[in-house]
Amino acid sequence: MQQRTPIEEQIDLPFVESLRISFQSLKIRFGRSIITTAGITLGIAFLVSVWTNNEIGVALQESGRQSTINTFEETTEQGISTKDIWLIVMSLIVCVVGIANSMLMAVTERFREIGTMKCLGALDGFVVRLFLLESGFQGFSGALIGALIGTLGAVLLGLKDYGLDLFFYFPLLPAQPENGPMQLGVIIVILLGCILGMILAVIGSSFPAWRAAKLPPAEAMRTEV
Amino acid sequence: MADIVVKTEDVVKEYRMGSNILRALDGINIEIERGEYISLMGPSGSGKSTLFNMIGALDRPTEGQVYIDGQNMSQLSQRQIAAFRCHRVGYIFQSYNLLHVRSAHGNVTLPMIFAGISERERNERAEKLLDMVGLGDRMYHLPDELSGGQRQRVAIARALANDPSIILADEPTANLDTITGREIIDLIKRLNNEQGVTVISATHDLKMLDVSDRIVDIRDGLVERIRNRDEIDIEVGEVGGEGE
Ligand SMILES: Nc1ncnc2c1ncn2[C@@H]1O[C@H](COP(=O)(O)OP(=O)(O)O)[C@@H](O)[C@H]1O
Ligand SMILES: [Mg+2]
Repeated sequence: MQQRTPIEEQIDLPFVESLRISFQSLKIRFGRSIITTAGITLGIAFLVSVWTNNEIGVALQESGRQSTINTFEETTEQGISTKDIWLIVMSLIVCVVGIANSMLMAVTERFREIGTMKCLGALDGFVVRLFLLESGFQGFSGALIGALIGTLGAVLLGLKDYGLDLFFYFPLLPAQPENGPMQLGVIIVILLGCILGMILAVIGSSFPAWRAAKLPPAEAMRTEV
Repeated sequence: MADIVVKTEDVVKEYRMGSNILRALDGINIEIERGEYISLMGPSGSGKSTLFNMIGALDRPTEGQVYIDGQNMSQLSQRQIAAFRCHRVGYIFQSYNLLHVRSAHGNVTLPMIFAGISERERNERAEKLLDMVGLGDRMYHLPDELSGGQRQRVAIARALANDPSIILADEPTANLDTITGREIIDLIKRLNNEQGVTVISATHDLKMLDVSDRIVDIRDGLVERIRNRDEIDIEVGEVGGEGE
C-alpha cells in the first residue's frame, strides 16, 4: 500500500489503447452508433444529392442538351440559378444542424460515463481523444455512405430528366467550360461531402465532449438524461 | 502519533442556482486515521455526498482545504488529480456507475489501463479481484446482465484495482435489499480488516453502525457529533432490541 509518497503525475494512454477502447465502445453500442451514424449519412446524402444534381444540370446544359422537362427558365448567363444556390445553401445548413444535433445527443447521454472514467483516472485529454476517434470513424463511414446514396439519388433524378444522355456528359471530373462556371465534378463533390461529414461529426462531438471533460466528475455524473 | 490520512479544514461548499446560493457544507473539520472505518451518517440532503465529492477530489470546495496523506488537494495539477483518483482512491456509488459498454472484467481493468499496467498483469489481477468478490463465474457478463448486488461487487473489485489506500463509498447499499446490503457491508469490512484500507462510507443504513470505528453525524452541512466505537456498541444494542 502506498504511504506518504508524493502524488505522481498521471500518464498519457498509448494511442492503441485509446483506439481499442473507442472501437469497443462503438461495437457494444452498435445500435446506438448506427443511429448516430445515420444522422450523418442523411445530412450528407441530402447535400450531395442536391449538389450533384446541380452539377449534372449545369453539365448537360453546357452540352447544349435541354431537360425533357424544361427547368432552366431562370438560369443565368453563368448557368447556375439563384434557386440552385439557395437549395445548396439550405441543404448545407440542414446537414450542419442535423449532424451537430446527432453528435450532441450522443455525447450528452454519455456525461455519466465521462464522469465515471474521470473517477477511474482518465485525463480530460483522453476523454476528448476517445470522442474524437469514435466520431471521426462514424463521421467518415456515415458520410461516405451518405455521399454514395446522394450521388445515386442525383443520377436517378438525372436519368429521369435527361435519359441516357446523362452518361455521355456525366460530370465525373472537374471541368472548366469556356463560358461557364467552374465545375467540380461528382468525384470532388463526393470527396468534399466525406470530408465535410467527418469534420462536422468530429467538431460536433469533441466540442461537447471537451466541455463535459472539463466538468468536475461530480457534476458530470449528476447529469441524468 | 496518529497517522492521519484525510483531513478537512473548514470545508465549505456552496451551490449557485440562479440567484440563490445553497450552502451544502458549512465548515467541515474532520480527521480520519489510516485504517479506520468511518461512516458519514445523516438524513438525505444533509451534505454527505457533497463531502464525499470533496474528499475524493470529484469536486472542489468553495472554501477550506482538504488534505490527503498530508497533501493539500487544491495545490495538485490536473495530472496529479487524475493520478490521485486512479491510484489512491476507490469509489463505490449508490448507483454502481459501471460502464455499461464494458464487461465486469472490462470495468475492473479500466483503472489499470489508465495506470499503465501491462495487459497480462491487469487480466490476472482483474480475475483475482472478481474471484475475491465472488464473481469468478460472471467475469465477462455486461453490467446489464448482472443483479444489483453483483454490480456492486464489480464496483468494489474495480475500486480495488490499483490498490488504493482509501475506499470512498456513497450509500453503497441504498439500492439493495437487506440481505444483499449486509453482504456488501461485510465485504467492505473484510477489505478494511484484511488489507487495512481506510473506508469512508456515507450511509443512512443502520447496518453500517456496528462495523464502523467511528460515526460522523452530519446535519445541514455541519458535523453534529462524532461517536466512537464504544458509544456505538451501546446504541447498536438498543437498535437491535427495538428491531428494525
Ligand atoms: N450539484 C448541485 N447543485 C445544486 N445543489 C446541490 C448539488 N449537489 C447537492 N446539492 C444540494 O446540497 C445539499 C446536500 O446534498 P447532498 O450532499 O447530496 O446530500 P446527501 O448526500 O446527504 O443526501 C442538498 O440540499 C442538495 O440539494
Ligand atoms: Mg447522497
